[in-house]
Amino acid sequence: MAKRRLIQAINDTLFEEFRRDSSVILFGEDVEISLFGDTRGLSQEFGPARIRNTPISEALITGMALGAAAAGHRVIAHLMFSNFMYTGFDSIANQASKLRYMTGGQVNFPVTYIAAYGGGKSIAAHHSDTPYPLLMNLGGINVVVPSTAFDAKGLLKTCIRGNDPSFFLEAGGRGGEMGEVPDEDYTIPLGKGVIRIEGADVTIVAIGSMVKLAMTAATGLNKDGISAEVIDPRTLVPLDEDMILSSVKKTGRLVIVDESRDRCSAASHIAAVVADRAFNDLKAPIKRVTVANVAMPYAPNLERLVMPSVDRILEVVTQLVES
Amino acid sequence: MANLEYGSNEGLGPDALISMYRVMKRIRLVEEKLGEDFRAGKLIAGVHLYSGQEAVAAGICAHLNDKDWIASNHRGHGHFLAKGGSVKSLIAEIHAKATGACRGMGGTMHVADFSKGMMGANGIVGGGISLICGAAYSEYLKKSGSVAIAFFGDGAATQGVLSEAMNLSALWRLPMIFACENNLFSEFSHTSTVLHGELIARAQALEMPAIKVDGNDVVEVWRAAQIAVDRARNGGGPTFIEAMTYRMAGHVEAETGFLQGAQYRESSEVEAWKAKDPIDRFLKWNLETGKVPQATLQELDAELIKELEEAMAFALSSPEPPPEQAFQFMFADHEA
Repeated sequence: MAKRRLIQAINDTLFEEFRRDSSVILFGEDVEISLFGDTRGLSQEFGPARIRNTPISEALITGMALGAAAAGHRVIAHLMFSNFMYTGFDSIANQASKLRYMTGGQVNFPVTYIAAYGGGKSIAAHHSDTPYPLLMNLGGINVVVPSTAFDAKGLLKTCIRGNDPSFFLEAGGRGGEMGEVPDEDYTIPLGKGVIRIEGADVTIVAIGSMVKLAMTAATGLNKDGISAEVIDPRTLVPLDEDMILSSVKKTGRLVIVDESRDRCSAASHIAAVVADRAFNDLKAPIKRVTVANVAMPYAPNLERLVMPSVDRILEVVTQLVES
Repeated sequence: MANLEYGSNEGLGPDALISMYRVMKRIRLVEEKLGEDFRAGKLIAGVHLYSGQEAVAAGICAHLNDKDWIASNHRGHGHFLAKGGSVKSLIAEIHAKATGACRGMGGTMHVADFSKGMMGANGIVGGGISLICGAAYSEYLKKSGSVAIAFFGDGAATQGVLSEAMNLSALWRLPMIFACENNLFSEFSHTSTVLHGELIARAQALEMPAIKVDGNDVVEVWRAAQIAVDRARNGGGPTFIEAMTYRMAGHVEAETGFLQGAQYRESSEVEAWKAKDPIDRFLKWNLETGKVPQATLQELDAELIKELEEAMAFALSSPEPPPEQAFQFMFADHEA
């Protein structure tokens, strides 16, 4: 057991999986030096046959990952910032998410795309998107959003050892959250959420980097006599709908905290699922705490304004419970 | 950077010639039948026919085995057959049957047979280029000696991903071939109106061996491909082959319906290219050189006609995909 930041846990995991399976390869832009530290050191131990810098060519990288996977490798394609997936989106949207289906299941594509997401770092709209709603809608790609170092390790192993394309989205700002990570090998199944805090009055579903905010808010609410249950779905595709529905059945109230833009967000989807399948359990409308429908601003004061915050969660939950 | 040499006929014996003729004729018969059936309202969707370009797939795939990879495009029936895909599975797929190559999930524009190294036709122009580059990288890392071929048209030559793939594959010396079939049309636009400069010059600028060949001459294609495949197998990196050919059919068989009489090419141009038909040219060349007995080719024709008839009967008598199949295959590890 060691205390590791989320990004360090990812780095440790990559070393472990590289050692475990020689068919695992990784490529992407500047992965040898590694901006975020998640792939740092791999090239020294494993060399260019396993990890290699590519040209800045996202349209190629995203598709190459699939071709190499079909030919027998387990591929990790690092896209650096998730905004850069847009320049490589044909192979994600048209190929990765569809080729297995379109070929009648002839072939598997064990590909893990890694990308950092989210705002709060004053790097403005071209480096701050949270694009998982787009990925969720594609259909054939696992969407994995770990919030803790522990989960990052277990989920990344599942992605790498799995047989489908996955997007592993890391909230990498300043290394991500610190947490306990066991030394031993373990995996976490996709589609299994976790209850971070048990509660009775309201369910807060929080995604990725929003989990910490939701937990802070829940602690604050508790002082005001509001018992909030915090659920971390950990993966959005597949989504642990049962866990969310059971919680809403118990609490009767739902708030979803999501770092994507509000329109067609992951929060919208979760709200729709609950409205559809648990309408009679609800005592109040479903509320979403999301990013405003704007591009991420550069100025820190404006960025704080459009992003979810502990204060906004507190305000929304308090109003909901008192209404 | 000098152009690639055109190679020699060494190793091109009667067996190889018969084999290439078989592939070309098989493709032609299939495509003509599909065109006929579409016009008779017997197909469920428009088909993009490969007629006129057969020498390219036949001449290149003659050098490949099942462990080599190809990626194709929306005009992919010919590549599928040339790489060893069966007529039965092709026709059944086009008829959306459970016995089709992709169990009826992909159809005419997306036929694939991974067991034969055929990574699929692709509905996105240029979509296969990045995939095949990845396959080439995988084989390069495995030091397998297998090679990977990107079949694409002049229409895909204007896609950005081609530049990206040519750069990386040249830099990494990947075992691949860029097989550009210049059929003069980017869908409904004459390529001269959408493409600037010489394609092989782009490869030459990247110090990649490049050659422009008569894509309607199967022997010339075979010779150029032999050099390119040998180079790729032996660690010499990629080659760019531009095969000049002509799309004898329209972009898609459905076009006479939606173009409503609008013309995008002169019929005199089509007629002029018909005179350069790759199969007729092969037969004429063979008659002059006497490489393969005429009777052998005639017997082969009869076999291929029978093969197509059997494939048609097989496809038409095959079941539709079962309803539950609509919800399968999205993921290997869990349900959609």
